[in-house]
Amino acid sequence: MADRDLLVGEHFIHGDAACAEGAIASGCLFFAGYPITPATEVAERMARRLPEVGGVYIQMEDEIASMAAILGASWGGAKSMTATSGPGFSLMMENIGLGMMTETPCVVVNIQRGGPSTGLPTLVGQADVMQARWGSHGDYGCIALAPASPQECFDLTIKAFNLSETYRQPVFVLADEVVGHMTEKVIIPKREKLHILARSLAKAPKQDYLPFDSSGLLPPPMAIAGQGYHVHVTGLTHDERGYPVITAEVQERNVRHIVDKVRKNAQRIIEVDTVGLEDAEVVVVAYGCTSRVARQAVENLRQKGFKVGLVKLITIWPFPSNLIRDLSKRVKAFIVPEINYGQIAYEVERTAQGDAEVLLMALMGGSIHTPSEIEEAVGEYL
Amino acid sequence: MKVRLRDISQFDKEAAETAIQKDHGLHPDDRFLKPGRIPHIWCPGCGLGVVLTTFIEAVRRNQIPIDKCVVVSGIGCTGRVAGYLDMDTYHTTHGRAIPFATGLALANPEMSVTVFSGDGDLFAIGGNHLIHAARRNVNLKVICVNNFNFGMTGGQVAPTTPLEARTSTTPTGNAEPGFNLPYLAHAAGAIYVARWTTFHPRQLVHSISQALNKKGFTFVEAIAPCPTGYGRPNKLGSGLEEMRFYRDMSEIRNGADPKLAEIKLRQRFIVGTFLDSERPDFLENYDKNVVSRVKSKQKVKEKGKAA
Amino acid sequence: MKFWRLPLDAEAHSIPQGMVHIIESRCKGCGFCIEFCPNGCLKQSKRFNVKGYHPPELIFQAEDCVECGLCSLICPEFAIFTELKEAKKITENDIEKVTTRYSRKDKRYTKR
Repeated sequence: MADRDLLVGEHFIHGDAACAEGAIASGCLFFAGYPITPATEVAERMARRLPEVGGVYIQMEDEIASMAAILGASWGGAKSMTATSGPGFSLMMENIGLGMMTETPCVVVNIQRGGPSTGLPTLVGQADVMQARWGSHGDYGCIALAPASPQECFDLTIKAFNLSETYRQPVFVLADEVVGHMTEKVIIPKREKLHILARSLAKAPKQDYLPFDSSGLLPPPMAIAGQGYHVHVTGLTHDERGYPVITAEVQERNVRHIVDKVRKNAQRIIEVDTVGLEDAEVVVVAYGCTSRVARQAVENLRQKGFKVGLVKLITIWPFPSNLIRDLSKRVKAFIVPEINYGQIAYEVERTAQGDAEVLLMALMGGSIHTPSEIEEAVGEYL
Repeated sequence: MKVRLRDISQFDKEAAETAIQKDHGLHPDDRFLKPGRIPHIWCPGCGLGVVLTTFIEAVRRNQIPIDKCVVVSGIGCTGRVAGYLDMDTYHTTHGRAIPFATGLALANPEMSVTVFSGDGDLFAIGGNHLIHAARRNVNLKVICVNNFNFGMTGGQVAPTTPLEARTSTTPTGNAEPGFNLPYLAHAAGAIYVARWTTFHPRQLVHSISQALNKKGFTFVEAIAPCPTGYGRPNKLGSGLEEMRFYRDMSEIRNGADPKLAEIKLRQRFIVGTFLDSERPDFLENYDKNVVSRVKSKQKVKEKGKAA
Repeated sequence: MKFWRLPLDAEAHSIPQGMVHIIESRCKGCGFCIEFCPNGCLKQSKRFNVKGYHPPELIFQAEDCVECGLCSLICPEFAIFTELKEAKKITENDIEKVTTRYSRKDKRYTKR
């Protein structure tokens, strides 16, 4: 990508557009999508930007095709992305599983809206968190990032691309409608300031190269189409050469590898933003648009002298279990505001193991919490 | 949470390689086959191996560099084709071979991308993708092996099963007529449409190599016997008897209107190359209507800045 | 019908003679090659291969193989192929063979 393709400078754009710019900055050259509120603006921006940077934009016939197409493009050698919302995310699930099984790097942006089914197309929701983790059948390791502002949409899309290249799997950007449609200042820094991971391609001689080597903690470099490695890529359980083998033993190796590469590297992947944890007695755990409200509430309370902390999840998956576990031994309670009827709250409750109380502040979707609601809830525990 | 796992052995590369050496390289076509993958899983009398051989012959005849060949397949008996070819091959999810291949072909236009899949995969679960790829004229070579049923799962009714034909889910006869595949592909916008049976291997080679030379969406239907799933319930006999049936009942009509290509149970049907035409493919249209316009706009902008 | 002489350009042409290779262990006994060999060079053998099928074998007039390659093309198992042994000159004997064939005196051809 040439330097002029990067729109260096300050912009006043919404989160969807920032996601698209993050993708362009990462060197994404292929986007396949299908219009869906509130993620359409990502596709619109990509349709305009990709031809400028020498990439291809295609609007597919549905989300199933979009997901399959970005996997194909990734094996064709292009960094690829799609963007969707709840119903489309559901349709993508089978091929997300294919991406996990075949260790295909790509990025899926999900601008969450209220569900289930058609739900609230134009209003906010955060109820796809567990779907991202467990949506496709079978076991796999999941990496999902939750931006809370347009600037983070830009930064985390780049991070998502980097993670997808490192761990060779689809990575989710789980934004929500509020963040996607929020317009704010976004700073796109110069190329030197960005950390972009180029795809690592196979270089070993053909006879030594194992395309699905599972001996290390990280997957091997990728052999894309046309490199001459003649790799067979299959969604069937496969051995290290990529040959389908339908036995329990190979299944053990295969599935352990795709789970362990995330599970065992979790501490490297996890990123959280914290406020006042050193003396906190009550901790608010929040992500996405909710974390902005939570931050306001925590700051208000701290100004009044209350010992309140905030854990803002930047990576929802893998979940920062160790941090929450440590905190649970010394705090009274966790307050978990989220726009669903309990998803991350379960995760917090599980890791707290009964050592601290957990309060779920649930909203079914369509509106966000107010700082005063959170302040009030925290107050009950102080 | 503590986790206890069963002890397993690591992948033994040397043992795997020695196992391969035993039977590989005896046949000249083994050069195109992944070492250690033959014998394939298909039943005796199945026509899939014939279509695979004709594809290899077409690749050889066109002298396409093997590193530039990509085969994408879906799920089912035909879906297994990808696993046998020694090329870059992709065995995707059920019905999604075409969108996967679309992504690959657009991301790397240098590759010659063939979609090798069955009638159930391409026309039942993947029907929508096929018509849209044909409409867009993505540079894909589709080879559809039609055996009139879902073979892998044990011979269920497919969208190509003729009216009245028996399958394991239509035990008293199919209540729906089947698709006329060449007519459908033609209507959706394919630039090359042909149909042969496995009794016509030479014609199949010819059609597949013609298709490989075209730029755009081509469709070759290869009717293949399925003695296990389709032949037995319909009293067509063994694979060989089904081949004889295709010999006696097929009529070569090159250039015929694909509308006439309907297949009815135990009746004569036509085969041949029905359509061979030209029109700009997706990337050509994309370059002309999108990229070049964006580039000229950019130039105007840059000039404006300079001024 | 009988040709009264060799064609005048007989020297410019030759009849390829093929050698048939059968990889018996791969055969699944579908019988395609036996049935569709245009010169009827193959028949089913009495013995079993490792899979328990009867692989094809060459019959007496095996020199009839003209290396057309149909058996290798129609074999679903990659179990049979032909190789060019030599290009034979056309003799009166060959002409006779062809004429017999088309006059359907040869039982092997009339049965189909």
